[in-house]
Amino acid sequence: MRDVPAPTAPPPLAMLAELTHRCPLSCPYCSNPLELTARQAEMSAEDWARIFREAAALGVLQLHLSGGEPASRPDLAEIVRSAREAGLYTNLITSGIGLTPRRLEELDAAGLDHVQLSVQGVTPEIADRMGGYQGGFARKMQTAVEIARIGFPLTINAVMHRHNLDDLPATLALAADLGARRIEVACVQFQGWALKNRAALQPSRAQVEAAKRTVAEARRIYAGRMAIDFVPPDYFADFPKACMNGWGSTGLNIAPDGKVLPCHAAEIIPGLVFQNARETPLAEIWNGPAFSAFRGTDWLPEPCQSCERRDIDYGGCRCQAMALIGDAKATDPIYRRSPFRGEVDRMIAAETTAAPPPFVYRKLARIAG
Amino acid sequence: MKPSDRPRLPRGVRLHHDRVRDTPVLLGPEVALMLDPIGKAVLDEIDGLSDLAVISHRLAERYGAPVATVAEDVAEFLEGLAARRLVEVR
Repeated sequence: MRDVPAPTAPPPLAMLAELTHRCPLSCPYCSNPLELTARQAEMSAEDWARIFREAAALGVLQLHLSGGEPASRPDLAEIVRSAREAGLYTNLITSGIGLTPRRLEELDAAGLDHVQLSVQGVTPEIADRMGGYQGGFARKMQTAVEIARIGFPLTINAVMHRHNLDDLPATLALAADLGARRIEVACVQFQGWALKNRAALQPSRAQVEAAKRTVAEARRIYAGRMAIDFVPPDYFADFPKACMNGWGSTGLNIAPDGKVLPCHAAEIIPGLVFQNARETPLAEIWNGPAFSAFRGTDWLPEPCQSCERRDIDYGGCRCQAMALIGDAKATDPIYRRSPFRGEVDRMIAAETTAAPPPFVYRKLARIAG
Repeated sequence: MKPSDRPRLPRGVRLHHDRVRDTPVLLGPEVALMLDPIGKAVLDEIDGLSDLAVISHRLAERYGAPVATVAEDVAEFLEGLAARRLVEVR
């Protein structure tokens, strides 16, 4: 008897490679999991090169080199070179810390296509407080000058929340001053460390409404000069986000140890089995159990199954359903028709009317012994 | 966009042939734009030296279409890309 091969999903377009979880910053909204991977478990540059070739053969076009801070890896230029040799469009997502002019020139020679620089705030005070790293803002600004000198296309990535949303116009102006072609204004999504710090980061509805007006106006002001992507906070929306454009439809995430995830938060969902790219070919993982778990819409329960938005948002975010109501299969609880939406609204009201609690900064657990 | 404008692809934006999907694609920051044959033909003409008038003439001749219509379509297509900073004009 022969095994009938499982139906093959359309190929992924993008891959996020978390080269390391080490980072000089310790932002309380970090998207990394609470349980961070130690340096000893990180894959080698050779492992990554093989995975990049597998990814390109599978159909990946865009590669995002991320972390932690990818510049914490001394072999970053070698990794970039192997990504370009595999034929991938190679984007570096960085805080800028650790990227000396010489290292940036090495990355240029290695063929790096694009740099995405995070900003934690528009002044040293707020930026260094968010990053938990004294002097970080000043070093980042030096790096930005070098990025412009070399001529890398630049995107500024700004995570916005309660403590910096009022600075949005200044954030947009800073990105334009740094010569960014694009800015991603992403209101914090509550997964990973951000979920742990939700009450400290939760913006008010007034802040969110002001941000929407600011973005609409800025799109006119910066038209043709700087493109503005805006991710509104889904907690204040009526409809859920089409998370990952649909589970297992567009992208995959590789953790520093080779574990392959459908999204960076997926490890919070119990019962999913994550395969490792060190041991299993990427094409097999793409068609494997974790990626098939919530792929498409056949698995969706009611009210999603008969909803006219079924093929627009696919029931929303699985990790959010898991985080908020403990059921990864439920309708995303931020949806207005979810029976849990009232609870979400009460929680937002409670969090935004209270004084913000102190941050729990992201930290790598110390290895015993 | 004016007929004398000379469009070019800025650094970090490039044409790529997607072997898996067997289709041309424009790659840029956070963008993978699958191109139809017309989009590919227009972008193939962009060399930073030819202006819009020249590009439109070449395409009109090749496809046997009225140059005014072609010029309008090409300008609209490139303006859309320029708004996303995927094409620059000199």
